Amino acid sequence: MNINLTLIGQSIAFAIFVWFCVKYVWPPITEAMNARQKKIADGLSAADRASLDLELAQEKAAQELRTAKEEAAALIEQANKRASQIVEDSKGEARAEGQKLIDQAHAEIEQERVKARDALRAEVAALAVAGAEKILEKSVDANAHSEMLDKLAAEL
Amino acid sequence: MAADTPVDYIKHHLTNLTYGKLPEGYERADGSVVEETTWTMARTAQEAADMGFMAVHVDTMGWSIAMGVLFLGLFGFAARKATSGQPGGLQNLVEMTVEFVQGIVRDVFHGKNPLIAPLALTMFVWILLMNTLKLIPVDYIPTIAHAMGLEYFKIVPTTDPNGTFGISIGVFLLILFYSFKVKGPGGFLKELSFTPFNHWALVPFNLVLELLALIIKPVSLALRLFGNMYAGEVVFILIALLPLWIQWTLNVPWAIFHILVVTLQAFIFTTLAVVYLSAAHEDH
Repeated sequence: MNINLTLIGQSIAFAIFVWFCVKYVWPPITEAMNARQKKIADGLSAADRASLDLELAQEKAAQELRTAKEEAAALIEQANKRASQIVEDSKGEARAEGQKLIDQAHAEIEQERVKARDALRAEVAALAVAGAEKILEKSVDANAHSEMLDKLAAEL
Repeated sequence: MAADTPVDYIKHHLTNLTYGKLPEGYERADGSVVEETTWTMARTAQEAADMGFMAVHVDTMGWSIAMGVLFLGLFGFAARKATSGQPGGLQNLVEMTVEFVQGIVRDVFHGKNPLIAPLALTMFVWILLMNTLKLIPVDYIPTIAHAMGLEYFKIVPTTDPNGTFGISIGVFLLILFYSFKVKGPGGFLKELSFTPFNHWALVPFNLVLELLALIIKPVSLALRLFGNMYAGEVVFILIALLPLWIQWTLNVPWAIFHILVVTLQAFIFTTLAVVYLSAAHEDH
């Protein structure tokens, strides 16, 4: 319990230890710690950034998917419309064609009818002349009475 | 071993291995007379006391330096191999300690001084290591030393007031240095003269109070550590006097309790030293 030179020796030892610690021990340790801290912080912010990027990319992908779907839907719609239009068109055409054929047939029939009637009329006129000849017992000059015969035929 | 009676045993265990100067004509314990002034090992506590100031506690110095070298070696090794990547076991331990000390300094120290944190680290770990020596059973090392022909051996440097005062004087010098440096001689003197009572008539009173408070700082630092460690050591020695079969019922709890005391005292010493140094850095 005596106070002696140990006191000074201890102070000197303390000073040397502190000096050594300040110079050689503290800086590398704290540097390493700070460097690691920075590394971790960088890593975390990179991870944050990456997840943000991922989110953006996902959003973009979803949007693109949506656009593609819309486009596809529009295309299909268009195609459908076009197809139905084509069907409609061809239906109309067919109908028109049919109508035309019918009309043509009608016209032909009419023509035939008119022709037949004319023929009939001419025959009737001839018959009438023959009848009249028989009745009058004398030949009617067909040429002299053709005007009257024609008028008769037209009246039939 | 000089342990014939319990009192002798206790005295023996509380005496340092002292190497010092014996004056001419001094009669040594064995009756021989020193022919001329010599430096020698003290053979008895009385001789050690008679050596006065011109003596060195070899055990205190040796063990404290050994612990300091152990600290610096361990931490220096970790520092040299320190990596910012994944730390190994030793580096983890060292970094934990460093962060703990950084935490103390950040909480307590409000100035800006790159010296304070490593200083606190040195104090904390060094004192912790020196205190931890106390957990070595009290008879081991003295018995070995006795076998080597050394009469006295007290291994815990912090149970020697020289050991604790040595550190606190270092802290005190730093307090004075930074007080002068930061506040300037005038500012420091003004602080001593005008606190706590800011009136010219009370300057002498303030001076006495503040100077006393200043000097009390290292004294309280050293005595707190020394007192706690010394008292604990005495209790360990007393327990060692009990019959062998009963000792463990007392020294095991006491040792476990001392794991706390050892750490706590190192922590208190460091924190208070940083508090004092922080006060020295405050410029009003």
